[in-house]
Amino acid sequence: MTTLVFLEHHGDEIVKNSLGVLSKAASLGGDVAGVVVGSGVRDAAARAGEYGASRVFVADDPSLEAPLPQPRVDVLASLVRDQGFDNVLFGQSILAADLASGLAARLEAGLNWDLTDVTADGDRLVGKRPALADSVLVDVGWKSTPRLALFRSGSFEAAPTGGSAELLDTPVQLEDFSSRSLLVGQDQEARSGPSIEDADVIVAGGRGLGKPEGFGMLEELAKALHGAVAATRAVVDAGWYPYASQVGQTGKSVAPKLYIACGISGAIQHKVGMQSSGTIVAINKDANAPIFEFCDLGVVGDVNEIVPKLTELVRSRG
Amino acid sequence: MKIAVCVKQVPEAGAAKRIDPQTKRLDRGGEAGLNAFDANAVEEALRIRESSGEGEVVLVSMGPSRALEAMRKALAMGADRALLLSDDALEGSDLVATSRVLAAALEREQPDLVLFGQQASDSDGAVLWAAVAERLRRPLVSQAAELEVGDGKVRAKRQTEFGYDRIEAPLPAVVAVSDAINEPRYPSLKGIMGAKSKPQETLSLGDLGVDAGQAGEAGSQTEVYELSPPPSRGETVRIEDDGSAAQKIVDYLAERKLI
Repeated sequence: MTTLVFLEHHGDEIVKNSLGVLSKAASLGGDVAGVVVGSGVRDAAARAGEYGASRVFVADDPSLEAPLPQPRVDVLASLVRDQGFDNVLFGQSILAADLASGLAARLEAGLNWDLTDVTADGDRLVGKRPALADSVLVDVGWKSTPRLALFRSGSFEAAPTGGSAELLDTPVQLEDFSSRSLLVGQDQEARSGPSIEDADVIVAGGRGLGKPEGFGMLEELAKALHGAVAATRAVVDAGWYPYASQVGQTGKSVAPKLYIACGISGAIQHKVGMQSSGTIVAINKDANAPIFEFCDLGVVGDVNEIVPKLTELVRSRG
Repeated sequence: MKIAVCVKQVPEAGAAKRIDPQTKRLDRGGEAGLNAFDANAVEEALRIRESSGEGEVVLVSMGPSRALEAMRKALAMGADRALLLSDDALEGSDLVATSRVLAAALEREQPDLVLFGQQASDSDGAVLWAAVAERLRRPLVSQAAELEVGDGKVRAKRQTEFGYDRIEAPLPAVVAVSDAINEPRYPSLKGIMGAKSKPQETLSLGDLGVDAGQAGEAGSQTEVYELSPPPSRGETVRIEDDGSAAQKIVDYLAERKLI
């Protein structure tokens, strides 16, 4: 079985979610390769060997600088055709979803998305997909190869194995229609600490904070835990926190090791975005909030009192 | 300017949803309506038509004949006509099959702009537009939080994990809008009254020139094996804050080596 993992990069780094998928692919066995597509990405590509890729294909070209899906479909399609990969796996992201879907149509290949796990059963792969607001787990499969899959953020741990990968240049030939969308500007939100896709710990806030300033206190706690801050749709809509931090049905699905929900009632729209988290701690003064039905540790109390104390205690542990 | 908006009928948000254990497909028998995310795409199409003062907004959907009910809501909002792709052989279509059929209908319509909503609320799918754009060989912009159409181009502000990208693409193009782009209008009484008499056409696979083997389950490349209940989270530990909650949280996390 041969597997190709799309290694998405941001700046000079391969995003953690892709590395997690690469680690998972390596654990399934067979030959595992990665592909990095961009401009000036050789150094980032070289580091992927550590996570289990024996070969990393590099499509390095100025025409690939913008994070747009269609040119990447061209690169991956010719690579998959030339090398005959059985599986092509992606960590879910806005870019990867468009790329995987375009590639599925180009190659007439099956794509399963929002998977949280995959197992190999001989030559067959079985994907695990939570559906209907995660109320049911569906085993999904593919009728033919290549099998394409998108994995929910945080599904797998990125585990360095200390290997090194052979870097192989892959040719870049773009279709005319693939190059017609142009990036004409970027406005990136400044951020310190990990993104919510990459964080092991997420501190999330909702309406129960009472006021937008409550997020300052969550940022302090997140910093102490080396984590990231997330928000519910209600507070993003109210302008309390940026959209990029929104977790839920409209927004991102995350699965950090620890999710601390502060003043979040746990409406189904939010639940679907975070209930695969390892450990969920909920702090809410409403003892009847639905979040207490699906958390591991439920604390009935005032976030504005508990969170600052919690931050102090975490800091004092060093 | 001709704008096609791809819409879907989905189970009502409040309705209990189930997957039929026999077919392993979503049971679509209950209360159903227009996918709420599609209303943003319809609204955007209407705004583009209104600001340019001319043009046509065509709804395209794939589904059973009752999906016309959901399309009527979009007609009531102001769309001009509805095209429903309906055929028993379409049941069980996955991404490759659905995109093939939709692309065939869009090839027939030749719109200048194809719009999609952000996701389908039943399957949580947020990928269809990219497969359709690929089949139509047209430029694609997804996650558009702002959209301007003029001078033969679309200009979009695209939401990403890292902030915003500004993307330009020439028409004809495919754009998927985010639900942050607008607030969909409510249909007026006049709109609701008029919706029924707007043109509503149903096309079969034969009409589209798509072979039955290329659609539905036969034309799909993915399959569903089994359904199971999700793993249980285990017992919830519950505490009331008596001033010591922060310490208890720290102890709980330390015990599990989370800090």
